[in-house]
Amino acid sequence: MNGGFRGVAAAIAWRNIRQIAATTSMFIPLLSFPLFFFVALIGGLSSVKDVPGFDFAGDYASFQFVFVLLQSAAAGGAIAGIAIAIDFQTGFARRLLLAAPNRTGILAGYVIVALQQALVVWAVLAVVGLIAGMQINGNGVDLFGLFALAALVNVAATLMSAGVAMRIRSLQAGPLMQMPVLIVFFLAPVFVPTALLTGWIHTVAQLNPVTALLNAGRSLISGQPEVVALAFGIAVALVVLMALWARGGLRSAEAAG
Amino acid sequence: MSSARRTQIGQLARRSVLRTLRQPAQLVPAIFVPLFIFAVTAPGLKSATLLPGFPTSSYVTFALAVPFIQGALFAVTNTGTDLAIDIQSGFLKRIALSPLRGPSLIVGFLAGAVALALIQAAIFLSVGLAAGAHFEAGVGGVPVLLALWMLITVGCGALGLFVGLRTGSGYLVGSFYPVLVAFVFLSSLLLPRNLIAVDWFREIATYNPVSYLVEGIRSLMMTGWDAEALALGFGCAAAIALVGIAAASNELPKRLVRT
Repeated sequence: MNGGFRGVAAAIAWRNIRQIAATTSMFIPLLSFPLFFFVALIGGLSSVKDVPGFDFAGDYASFQFVFVLLQSAAAGGAIAGIAIAIDFQTGFARRLLLAAPNRTGILAGYVIVALQQALVVWAVLAVVGLIAGMQINGNGVDLFGLFALAALVNVAATLMSAGVAMRIRSLQAGPLMQMPVLIVFFLAPVFVPTALLTGWIHTVAQLNPVTALLNAGRSLISGQPEVVALAFGIAVALVVLMALWARGGLRSAEAAG
Repeated sequence: MSSARRTQIGQLARRSVLRTLRQPAQLVPAIFVPLFIFAVTAPGLKSATLLPGFPTSSYVTFALAVPFIQGALFAVTNTGTDLAIDIQSGFLKRIALSPLRGPSLIVGFLAGAVALALIQAAIFLSVGLAAGAHFEAGVGGVPVLLALWMLITVGCGALGLFVGLRTGSGYLVGSFYPVLVAFVFLSSLLLPRNLIAVDWFREIATYNPVSYLVEGIRSLMMTGWDAEALALGFGCAAAIALVGIAAASNELPKRLVRT
């Protein structure tokens, strides 16, 4: 990693973090959506834990915390892509491409920004969960694993949306970044464990890689780790694939001038 | 109302309808996002019917109110965004030079949302029935459902107009979306109120008018003719519509100042 890469990444990260800190209206949707969703799920659906066959060692709040944590990680990454699209639409990104000595650093900078935002969201979600009496049976290592998994999901989603934003270079690409994240997460066991899903969604959920991420995350928070290696394998593979996709997007943006 | 005024409102309404139908970016999500949420919640929460006291064994029937309520959110954002674009493009300034004022303009601007709501209702109901949902009120219940749904759409559309007039920015109308989602999910949308175990949540759901909109729609599907649920549903929808139209009518003159 050379100085040019680090310098560009740090400059992008610093600019965007300052911009978000100064414009709370940009951060509020990022925080409010998972927060409202978490509160609604743990408040409105907690009796679902009493359904016969609901096989989960923790309480319903911890069951849903993992979903909201991973979903917000992915959604935060998708929203980072919208910031990139705005930068292209305003012409800032083109000036950036001209000025940056190492353009891969631009991608790294946006990844840092998305991760920093996600950390703030997760901290708020954790505080709300603890206030709501969320049961955490996992130890420190388990919880570190859970947040590391969420961080990998965030990086993969940011790289995915960066790839889209750099290819389309317009805010019109917004739904193309957000919809896949929404769809893939809701085709997983959101409200109940996989065994209680019925019909077509049971089949789809079994094939959906997000199911493995959710199952591993839920096993970590309940202190009974399982399928963790598979989940990390999927997360790392997603990061590698999306890095290649984002790199292609950067090349496309460079070629467009 | 004079014939000239009727023509002007008609032109404005026609523009609003055509504009909605010609924008796939508004039309497609307003139909497919609620259907997607219905498609994942119905089989995803079917096991909730095993809870003691759950009012039906068909979660598909119970969940069919979900796309209607989710669809109403699009009435807020679509009308608000369209009006914000009209403000930004200067269209509203040109309207200010015409004799059109107040409620006539509101009616014109809401026509697109109402047209979209009719399409949404036909699709949501057809898909729901095809998926195995019941409609206990029978054929006679369909016009009642449509009347309630139109009233909800008018109320939500008017709220969208208010936000659009107040902010004048499509981006800010879009950022209002999480607030709407909160209102929708802090209700009896996914479980009946008597099965909500958390006291504070049940309390919020009881005071949240969205619960009564949901229960009004749901009553036609699950129980048939429930006068109390329908009265509360229509009452809340009418109250939202009155508040929305009054708020939008109050904001409108500020944007129609001739400069």
